[in-house]
Amino acid sequence: MVPLKEIRRISEYEWEIPQSYRPDMRGAVHIFATRRLLEEISGDKSLEQAVNSTTLPGLVGNVLVMPDMHQGYGFPIGGVAATRYPEGVISPGAIGYDINCGVRLLATQIEHKAVQDWLGDLALALNQHCPSGVGESGAIRMSEAELEKVCVEGAHWTQKKGYATEMDVRRTEETGRVEGADPSHVSKRAKDRGRPQLGTLGAGNHFIEVDVVEQVFDAQAAQAMGLQEGNLAVQIHCGSRGFGHQICTDFVHEFQSVVKRYQIKLPDRELVCAPLDSPEGQSYLAAMRCAANYAFANRQVLAHNARQAFEQVLAGKVKNWRLFQVYDLAHNIGKIEQHMVDGELITVCVHRKGATRAFGPGAPGVPAEYSKIGQPVLVPGSMGTASWVLAGTQESMERTFGSSCHGAGRVMSRSQAKKMVRGENLRKELVQRGIHIQAGSLAGLAEEAPQAYKDVDDVVKTVAGAGIANKVARLKPVIVVKG
Amino acid sequence: MAKQMPCNPTGQPVWYEREEDLKRTGYREIEHTADRELEVWAPDMAQLLETAAHGMYAVSGARARDAASQSRTITFQAEDPETLLVTFLTELLYILEIEKIVFEEFQIHETDDAWQAKLVGKPLASLEKEIKAVTYHKLEVRQSEQGLKVNIVFDV
Repeated sequence: MVPLKEIRRISEYEWEIPQSYRPDMRGAVHIFATRRLLEEISGDKSLEQAVNSTTLPGLVGNVLVMPDMHQGYGFPIGGVAATRYPEGVISPGAIGYDINCGVRLLATQIEHKAVQDWLGDLALALNQHCPSGVGESGAIRMSEAELEKVCVEGAHWTQKKGYATEMDVRRTEETGRVEGADPSHVSKRAKDRGRPQLGTLGAGNHFIEVDVVEQVFDAQAAQAMGLQEGNLAVQIHCGSRGFGHQICTDFVHEFQSVVKRYQIKLPDRELVCAPLDSPEGQSYLAAMRCAANYAFANRQVLAHNARQAFEQVLAGKVKNWRLFQVYDLAHNIGKIEQHMVDGELITVCVHRKGATRAFGPGAPGVPAEYSKIGQPVLVPGSMGTASWVLAGTQESMERTFGSSCHGAGRVMSRSQAKKMVRGENLRKELVQRGIHIQAGSLAGLAEEAPQAYKDVDDVVKTVAGAGIANKVARLKPVIVVKG
Repeated sequence: MAKQMPCNPTGQPVWYEREEDLKRTGYREIEHTADRELEVWAPDMAQLLETAAHGMYAVSGARARDAASQSRTITFQAEDPETLLVTFLTELLYILEIEKIVFEEFQIHETDDAWQAKLVGKPLASLEKEIKAVTYHKLEVRQSEQGLKVNIVFDV
């Protein structure tokens, strides 16, 4: 555990564990947090894991930790680390098993007050249209050849199949297709696990949520995103399912011997890595991109299914029941990007694990309609609490490799949450607050109780205060669907 | 080793211990903010693998259906005990997801150049928790007074 006395205050919202803290560090750790958030996480291992992450060869600048940080395995959740391309390393454990776990936000022109009587039906329809739960399979049956097309084309595959509009694809990080994906680097096991699961939500903290836009903080940005106070919006949170889990498992296993081959010494075996320009590093990059594209396609199919649920319940009852894409982004991924470091434009591999890309106004890769306001940053809160829509800033480009927070961040273990909260009581409490719940497991519901998470408003206050994202809108939930 | 180990249908932390000829075998759950961590102990490597497998099934809340048993023999090898453990548990997770089999009986032994596990299991009835992976995070099989001990973090 890193003692608080070793942490230097830079500002109200930024703290530093200096490189001198431990001799094997290749950079400092910069933590974005209020004093309270910092004290809250000092009890777990997230800061020690952040220090360990600074030992990755080729690290550029500092390891950054977002205010929603918490202990993970190897690399902390909420961590961002950039390594120099191509001589630095790529670490599968610093991206995570759920490759391209991410969030999609869809906006509507449906007024909440006009559809309150049908929200129960809508919750049920969303649950029926969007398969969720442990080990659940989807309705799409794919051959291995078709899966390989999904790996390479991502969201563009869904567009060809009629699951996506041109706007959906345009308003997705990397247009839902990361270049350089090569399924020949993906094991048969991963393909076997991936084939039946496209279009499924999974379980754990994954969800579909219908929200009301409660308050707009930046009228210009909200207008560009189509977010209007009092209207419904939909969030989809999930990733690459067993396909991504297996790809990460395969490479963490393989890299156990690769680090010996390249004489890389690390304080934790979960941080194993390979030089980006090595055959092993290139192989992981090509396979990881397949999982990233699979996840973009997965959320797109779920969005298509959510549209069907909205149509089934609301067609004929409201004038316009359509869902249109605000944005879709990854929060577990490794990306090759260019950033200005010490006045020099360099190419780096940005590892984001439980952190989102938050590119500022004018940055390459941001859809034209958002180029003036910055890329939308989606920050789902814990179940039953608020979520936020933010926008990337010039400061996030300069200070955090264009990155920001990804959610509320856990503070309590799952078993502790279940000791404190009974799933049935939580369900009743949420229903009393006007939230319609469809959950596969009451124990699973209790694990995700709001008490187990930080206050998302504190997290957002920190990133906004630090200048690495701007507040656009706050959402509050009316329907939660989870496995 | 008992054929049937306790699961966690109530979602409480999993725990199991038994003693035979003063040799202790068991597992207990350690609090972890986001994932699930088990401490596992056993007199030797074969029993450590078996106990860890039971513990992993308990964490996932995997329950077998009352149906005809199925047998399987798997062979696996690794450079060190930690990799051996991850390889074995990862194999069981894969079989659980793809073939939907929960193993209840284990005969594990080391051969000249590998390890072999003869497994008997039943079809999966229900699963509480999806385990994404068995991680190497701070994984170290260490000697203890009772034999071997290891802490395993599962990504859930």
